[in-house]
Amino acid sequence: MELLSGADMIARFLKDEGVERIYGYPGGAALHIYDALFRQDSVQHILVRHEQAATHAADGYARASGKPGVVLVTSGPGATNAVTGIATAYMDSIPMVVLCGQVASHLIGEDAFQETDIVGVTRPVVKHSFSIRHPSQIPEVLKKAFYLAATGRPGPVVVDIPKDMTAPTERYEYVYPKKVKIRSYNPVTRGHSGQIKKAVDMMLKARRPVFYTGGGIVTGRASEALTDLVRRLGFPITTTLMGIGGYPQGDRQSLGWLGMHGSFEANMAMHHADLIVAIGARFDDRVTNNTSKFCPTAKIVHVDIDPSSISKTVRADVPIVGAAGSVIDEMISLIQGREASNAESLGEWWKSIEGWRSEREGKLYEPSKPGEALKPQEVIEAVYRATRGEAFVTTDVGQHQMFAAQYYKFAKPNRFITSGGLGTMGFGFPAAMGVKLSYPQDDVVCFTGEGSFQMMMQELSTCKQFDVGVKIVNLNNQSLGMVRQWQDLNYKSRHAHSYMESLPDFTKLIEAYGFTAIKVKTHDELAPALERAFADTNELVFLDIYVDPFEHVYPMQVPLGSMRDMLLSKTERT
Amino acid sequence: MRHIISILLENEPGALSRVVGLFSQRNFNIETLNVAPTEDPSLSRLTVTTVGDDRVIEQITKHLNKLIDVVKLVDLTEGNHIERELMLVKVKALGAARDEVKRTADIFRAQVVDVTPSVYTVQITGDAGKLDAFVQAMAPIGILEVARTGVSGIARGDKLLTL
Repeated sequence: MELLSGADMIARFLKDEGVERIYGYPGGAALHIYDALFRQDSVQHILVRHEQAATHAADGYARASGKPGVVLVTSGPGATNAVTGIATAYMDSIPMVVLCGQVASHLIGEDAFQETDIVGVTRPVVKHSFSIRHPSQIPEVLKKAFYLAATGRPGPVVVDIPKDMTAPTERYEYVYPKKVKIRSYNPVTRGHSGQIKKAVDMMLKARRPVFYTGGGIVTGRASEALTDLVRRLGFPITTTLMGIGGYPQGDRQSLGWLGMHGSFEANMAMHHADLIVAIGARFDDRVTNNTSKFCPTAKIVHVDIDPSSISKTVRADVPIVGAAGSVIDEMISLIQGREASNAESLGEWWKSIEGWRSEREGKLYEPSKPGEALKPQEVIEAVYRATRGEAFVTTDVGQHQMFAAQYYKFAKPNRFITSGGLGTMGFGFPAAMGVKLSYPQDDVVCFTGEGSFQMMMQELSTCKQFDVGVKIVNLNNQSLGMVRQWQDLNYKSRHAHSYMESLPDFTKLIEAYGFTAIKVKTHDELAPALERAFADTNELVFLDIYVDPFEHVYPMQVPLGSMRDMLLSKTERT
Repeated sequence: MRHIISILLENEPGALSRVVGLFSQRNFNIETLNVAPTEDPSLSRLTVTTVGDDRVIEQITKHLNKLIDVVKLVDLTEGNHIERELMLVKVKALGAARDEVKRTADIFRAQVVDVTPSVYTVQITGDAGKLDAFVQAMAPIGILEVARTGVSGIARGDKLLTL
C-alpha cells in the first residue's frame, strides 16, 4: 500500500493515465500540485504565458491526437482565464481535463483571495465538473474526469481542487483505478439495427443522395470506414468545417465543405438532394442557413452519438443514435451483396453536380498579377504546395480561417484544427504549439490574421522557452477582415472599429524573441519566403504577408435564404 | 402543452443547479419545481412542470438525460399519473368571513391548520387546477399569503421510476 499526498496523487495519476504533457500556469492554490510536479519527471509541464493559451494548446493536442488535453491552473483569475478555452473545446466536442486549484475548503464562500466558484462559472460549457471533497477521492474523480472527457460525445471536464486537498502533510492510500463506472452515464455505441436497415434501404433507392458528415467522424476515428462506405455507394459527400479531412478532399466524390462559406457545388447539391445522410454533424446554423427553407426535397437520415443533437434544429426522418464508426460498419455490412436500384439516377445526379462544379471552376477568386497585392487565397494555396498538403494546420478566426479551409485540401482527419463552434480569436497560435510539441517531426502551420494573432501573441515567449518550431502565416490585411466584409455587405461599408491602426512591426516584434520573421509585400517575395520558412521544420518562422485588404470570402450564403442562395463574388449571386 | 417530468438525480452538490441552469441556458420554461430526498439516500427526486410543443419537450428530456447527474427520468404526462401539490394559504378571517373561509375550505376538503383571532392558515392538496380554483374562491375574502410546493407526481399502476 502506498501513501501519497493529494498533490502527489495527481502527479502520479497523470503518469499512470499515460499523460505525457500538461499545460498550465502556477498560483497560490495550485502550489502543492506544482511542487509535486517538480519532484517527478514523467509528466512534462509547459508553462504558458496566459491560461487561455493553456486550454487552446491542450485543445490543439487533443484535436491532433484524439486524446484528452490536460490543463492545470490556479484558482480565481487562473481559472476564469481558462473559461474561453473550455468553452471552445465544449462547442467542438474536444476531450479536455482542466484541473483548477481552489482556495482551501474552510475559506470557500467567504470571498477569499483568488476565490471564484469555477464549477458554477463553467457549468454551461463543460460536459461535467467535479469538486474534490476529500483527498482520498482524487484517483477516482480524476479517472472519472478522463473517462467522461474522452468517451461518448467528448468534451471538457473541470476538476476543482481546494488547496487543503493537496496538502503535503495529509497522506492517503493511492491505487490507480483501471476502470470506473458511472451509473447514470452509459454512452451508446451501436445504433439501432432496424433504423440502420431502414437508412440503408433508403440509400440504395435514393436518386439524389448526399453524405453530410461532421466532426463526429474525426473524433470518432471513423474516416476510413466512412471513405469505404462513400466509395462503395458512389455518392457525393460534403463535410462540415469540423468534419474536414474526414473524407479526402481531393477525391472526385468530395464536394468540399458546406454552409455559409461552403463550396457552390456542396450547397447546391444539398439543396437539390432527395436524401441527406448526416453522420456526426449537428445541423448548425452556419450550415443550414434558414431551416425553414433547408433542403426542401430531402429525406434526412441523422446518425449521431448524442441524441440531443438529433432533430434539434432540423427534423430527422430516420434518427440513429450511435457511434459513427459502428453505425457505418453496420451500413457497409448491410450493403455488401445487395444491388442498388439507383445506378441510372445517380449518373444523372453526378451530371448535375459536375455542372455546378464546372460553373465555378477557375472563378473562385482572381489571382494577383505581379506588382499587385497578394490575394489571401493564393497564399494558402502556396503554403499547401510548400507543405505538400501534409502539414497540421491551425487557424484563428475570420477570413483567413475560411480561406484556409477552402484552399488547403486536407486528405486526412485531425489535420485541420480550428475553432468552429465558438469561433475563438486567439485559438490558432497556442493550438499550434500544442500540436507541435507532440508532433515534432511534422510541419505545423498556424494561419492567422493580425487581429487574432495579437490576442495570444504572448505565447512567443512559451515557444522560446520550449523551442516550439511552429510556422505562423499572418495574412495581414490591416483590418478585421471578416467584420469588415460584413460591414461592406450590411452596413454600407461603415467600418466601425474593424481596422487596425497602430499595428506593430511584426518582424521586429518576432525578432525581439529571437525568432525569424519575414515580411512579404509583393507577389515575387512569396516563393522565396516560403522556401526559407519551411527549410527547417523545427524553427519558428513568422511570415508577415500583406494581402489585399478588400478581398471578401465567397461563396457566402444570403441571410435567411436556403442552402442555394449564395453570393458568389462581389457582383454575382445565385 | 404542459408536461410533468420526474427526475431521479444524484444527491451531489451542484446537481440541482445543473438541472435549473439547463432550463435557462437553453431557453426552456420551468413552471414549477419540486425537489426532495427519496428512500435511497444517494438519490433526490425532482419534479418539474414545463410547457412546450413536442419538439421542445423532446429536447428537454434529451438534454436532461445528457446531464451526468441525471440517473433516470420520466415524462409523467405521457401516461396515466397522479399529480399532487400542497398549498398553505393565509386568509383574513374576521367576522362573517371566519365562517365563509371554513365553509369554502370544507368544500375543497382543505384543513385549517393554524388559527389566530384574525387569520386562518389553510392547507390544501390536489392537482394544480384544484389549487388554482381554491385561490380564486378565497380571493374575494382576502388572501394574505400563499405558499405552494410545486407539483409532485407518480405514475398510476405498476409503472415505476426506480433504478
